[in-house]
Amino acid sequence: MTTASGTFGYGDEFRDFIDLGQLGGVFVKAVTGKNRDGNAYPRMSETPSGMLNSVGLQNRGVDYFCREIYPKIKDFNTNVIVNVSGSTLEEYVEVAGRINELAKIPAIELNISCPNVKLGGMAFGTVPSMAADVTSAVRKVYKKVLMVKLSPNVTSIAEIAKAVVDGGADVITLINTLLGMAIDAEQRRPVLSTITGGLSGPAIKPVALRMVWQVHKAVPVPIIGLGGIMNATDAIEFFLAGATAIQVGTANFIDPQVSVKIVAGIEEYLVRHHLDSVNSLIGALRTD
Amino acid sequence: MDVRKLVQDLHVVKNIRLNDRHFLLELVAPETFPMLLPGQFVQALVKDSPSTFLRRPFSIHSVDYVNNTLRLLIQLKGAGTHHLSLLREGEPLNLIYPLGNSFSFPQTNDVLLIGGGCGVAPLLFLSQFLRQQHQIHPTMLLGFKTKEEVTEIEEYSRFGNVHVITDDGTEGEKGLVVDHSLIRDGINQFKKIYACGPEPMLRAIAKIAGIHHIDCEVSLENTMACGFGVCLCCVTATQTGNERVCVEGPVFNTRKLKWN
Repeated sequence: MTTASGTFGYGDEFRDFIDLGQLGGVFVKAVTGKNRDGNAYPRMSETPSGMLNSVGLQNRGVDYFCREIYPKIKDFNTNVIVNVSGSTLEEYVEVAGRINELAKIPAIELNISCPNVKLGGMAFGTVPSMAADVTSAVRKVYKKVLMVKLSPNVTSIAEIAKAVVDGGADVITLINTLLGMAIDAEQRRPVLSTITGGLSGPAIKPVALRMVWQVHKAVPVPIIGLGGIMNATDAIEFFLAGATAIQVGTANFIDPQVSVKIVAGIEEYLVRHHLDSVNSLIGALRTD
Repeated sequence: MDVRKLVQDLHVVKNIRLNDRHFLLELVAPETFPMLLPGQFVQALVKDSPSTFLRRPFSIHSVDYVNNTLRLLIQLKGAGTHHLSLLREGEPLNLIYPLGNSFSFPQTNDVLLIGGGCGVAPLLFLSQFLRQQHQIHPTMLLGFKTKEEVTEIEEYSRFGNVHVITDDGTEGEKGLVVDHSLIRDGINQFKKIYACGPEPMLRAIAKIAGIHHIDCEVSLENTMACGFGVCLCCVTATQTGNERVCVEGPVFNTRKLKWN
């Protein structure tokens, strides 16, 4: 059980609500090379069973992260995993190289849903060769566990998964948000300042499950599944589809204590099904 | 100062319908309140409303520390608020609170509170606080659409002098808040302004406060997903970058905002 980048701050903000020691890990907010102000408001639109966001990776950049944030979070009683984002290959490599030096960070999650500004804004994760290139470039400078977070806005998720595994990924996390849009019919304008944004929440779970299942069949590396998990049953579904671990994201906004409740719910499921651990559930979906 | 945030079921004591568009929820908490300050808000979980996914934010309207109750003033907007209006005595409502920053202590007695529409909500708590904690007797200017929507004036009057203006003139003066004679002719008697309401109203007040060099704080209302600082959706542009209305706000000094 871990929490998703962009939904949990840097972990500190949740200490009023839960004991971080009960989580397997926290994926912290994306870190980019330089300070980013993010997109203009409005950045959010509620949708049926979900929400659209276009936050735009607002963060203070890797220098600030290493100097100011890392000292405060490095001794948390859980794995702190840094989400690395960028607009160019060079930026990804720079950030990954800097995080590599932080002793208490055991892994990074490479966010390849970012637009490649050098190639007209096409997301790195939508073209297999670009996904492979950014992964292998980062692999050269990052010596610990390299997780790559896939974008679902592709025709073949298995193809992208294979490309990043070829590039050196140790783990795949999926899915990131689905590209969507909201319109204000009275104002006759888009709701988001950026017109389009990323859809998250229960609405995307069927897509996420399908993609976890497809990737599980395509590549041998462990998968961390996310996309609309709201409760323990959702989590179990992801294990059955092939996930070794899960991330809970948007659900944290509605119930800041949901992550620990899901842990308890999974334990209750294991007892009820006479299972020792979730390991027996991973990829155990019966399709005969 | 950091007060621990709670995720807690409170229970409905009263649900009072004020008019077509507004109602009051009085809620009792299971334990003594932490410190609550005017300007702060709650994030309410709406149950049984299929089209309502996220919590809904409401400013704290008033607090009764003796009975451990607080009140929310809610405007009916859509499915979420409609479902809240159906809550009956004894039913639970889950809140995350207290959230946000608060109005700051005025270094003067010449204080004006300005509220427009449901922006009046935090001002009752503010006026209660100024009166009870600081013995300040504020002047209040409250703007409503029409006579039918003018409510709780007796409540506000317990803590200060209330002046009313309605869009259509059916009660008090006629026009928008900034058209009121207090603002047109009498603004210079005040050394501190606190305002809450629609953004165009706040911008107009900020401009007037700037011209007359009156210190002014406004409470903003941006759409929120989490309400406690992690999603970064509710930001507003300030002189020091994009800041969260739910943490660095909802109260901002107008000098800090990028309004011109």
